[in-house]
Amino acid sequence: MSMFGQVYSKNKQYKIKGDFHHLTPNQPIRDADDGWKLLGVTNPRDLTYIHSYGGEAVFFESLSKGKLMATRCDNSECEGHGTIYQPFRTYCMDCLRKCTVIDMTDLAKKTAKIHTFMVCERSGAFNILNTPIKFINVEFDGVDTILMGYLSVGEPEIGMRVVPIFQTLNPTSTILDLSWVPDGTAEKELPEGFSF
Amino acid sequence: MITFSEQQLKVPKLARPVYLVTAGQSKFDRAFPDKRTEDLCVEALTQAAELIDKTPAELKKYIHTCYYGHFADHFGDQLLGEAVIHDRLGLDPLGTIGVKTGGATGGSTIWEAMKAVASGYSDCTLAMGWERMDEVPTDEGNFLISCAADKDWESPLGHIYTGYYAVMAQKYWKVFGKEEDSFRKTLAEIAVKHRGYARFNPYAHGAMDITVEDVLNSPVVAHPLRVLDCCLMSVGAACVIVCDEKTAMELTKNTKNKPLRIWVSAGSHTLRPADRRDMEIPLLPNETADQYKDLGERFPGGERYPGFTGFLAARMAAWYGYRMCGITDPMEDLDVIELHDAFTISDVQTYEDIGLRPYGEGRDFVESGDCYHTNPHTGEPGRLPSNLSGGLIGCMHAVGATGIMQVFEIATHIWNRWGEIHGDDNLWKKFDREKPADWTDLQVKDAKRGLTISHAGVGSHVTATILMDPDHLLKEDA
Repeated sequence: MSMFGQVYSKNKQYKIKGDFHHLTPNQPIRDADDGWKLLGVTNPRDLTYIHSYGGEAVFFESLSKGKLMATRCDNSECEGHGTIYQPFRTYCMDCLRKCTVIDMTDLAKKTAKIHTFMVCERSGAFNILNTPIKFINVEFDGVDTILMGYLSVGEPEIGMRVVPIFQTLNPTSTILDLSWVPDGTAEKELPEGFSF
Repeated sequence: MITFSEQQLKVPKLARPVYLVTAGQSKFDRAFPDKRTEDLCVEALTQAAELIDKTPAELKKYIHTCYYGHFADHFGDQLLGEAVIHDRLGLDPLGTIGVKTGGATGGSTIWEAMKAVASGYSDCTLAMGWERMDEVPTDEGNFLISCAADKDWESPLGHIYTGYYAVMAQKYWKVFGKEEDSFRKTLAEIAVKHRGYARFNPYAHGAMDITVEDVLNSPVVAHPLRVLDCCLMSVGAACVIVCDEKTAMELTKNTKNKPLRIWVSAGSHTLRPADRRDMEIPLLPNETADQYKDLGERFPGGERYPGFTGFLAARMAAWYGYRMCGITDPMEDLDVIELHDAFTISDVQTYEDIGLRPYGEGRDFVESGDCYHTNPHTGEPGRLPSNLSGGLIGCMHAVGATGIMQVFEIATHIWNRWGEIHGDDNLWKKFDREKPADWTDLQVKDAKRGLTISHAGVGSHVTATILMDPDHLLKEDA
């Protein structure tokens, strides 16, 4: 019986338990056009990576609490002073000083709209979103950058007002905990586990 | 707001002239179940030697350092794949380095090889690129490609790179294409053109004799892009040999190859389109600020630059490259080009980024007939033929080799050898491909100067490679 690989940190060291890889035997690849002679071999790999969010961890943690965090450069000597970054950047891209973490949940609820979008019929391996995936890029008043996400309800249009929703029940601790719905969507229409 | 310092806008200057003397490439295909990557690289290097009447062993004697472009280690489950190829080519113990810049890997590899010669470190360098995209099923391939996006902020969203890219295409389609059926038809014409030219290229694996209607009726990948609008996923290798003047003259003496002057420039922009900030358009020599003052009025939504409609990295590569070698108007100064047509719509975007047409008017490069070998409206030679190889849509996109394949193609035009090489009956037979009965020589008559654009992903890296016949330079001190 295998167990998912799990990790925690103590004294700034990773502690791991469970199974981080699974053994699958190689299989020969043979030529059906030439007497089934050997051409090669499959090389199965099943890995679990251990990844740190570093200074961005607060952003991902906040999603599960229904908060959309961003950062702002408050260095008065920086030419980009006052720039708000969403996606969240730990350091200002101009002065490389640490930015101030700000809560922009209300700003997003009041001003978010679709800058562009794409409905994609296909996905890659390991995708867990339902297809078609409605990619949207969201712009906000007073924010210099444009956040990528996905629309969970309705059909996207450029300029459409949208509001953020958060997976507060059984969060994944990934960017998938943030999604968007058209402004005016009722709570009952939200995907399971999500709330405003 | 992005602003530039004077130092950042220094026009690059090579310390001495650099020449391209020969090039080679393998057959390209979706899969090679019976070949190792080194087989393909040997094929490419052997052709490069043969084009200057040398054996591979003779050519190798000249090589001093080696630059290898291979984007995706994880596709082949082999780190340091460059060392494997270097060893198999028998080039140990020469100095070598691997280069990885996504779809621009091929162009970046030549950039490094050029700088080594320009600086005097080496007199002769090998730039070799390849990709092995047949070692995983397509959906896992899509996952691996999506790893080139930001793994925390983008990749989990479907693990499908097309989606991260297509939002840009959608914006261009809405703002500059105005969602017009006529614009969609123009995009389809690009797919028809590139798959059609690929029919005359024995190296190509996407050759098709199709119509605009075929493209418009092909399955949707991500609206408005359909299957036939998209580039191929390929396996193959390509290489060039780059030298100083003395070595170039020696290697090409009494051969059909004339040493060609080469310049490579590069630009970059955010990995995530999300991080793009508004800025002023950096102007190319053939543009003025006035022409863009009313861009947002003519194309509502187009006032933000580069926004999601332009590739700043391509604009900067052209900005540096044109000034390096004296190009003042690419439509007048160039004879043939190969662009990174990952999708039909990105081909149009690139026309604008490199100044073939002003921003917002890229479609006219196709609709005027300028981009064709023979202008379909006039029957006369196209003003600036593009992607006669078939490009990424018709020929191949073996990522690490793509930018080098483009340079191979442009060089064969300037050497006046395109027909000799691509029309060779023996090559068609060797590749087990049928030469079409209506095979046409696409040699661009009197081609003296050419350009290639090598482009990564959503525009994180772009290089511009410019080749010129040394007797037709635009600037004496370039």
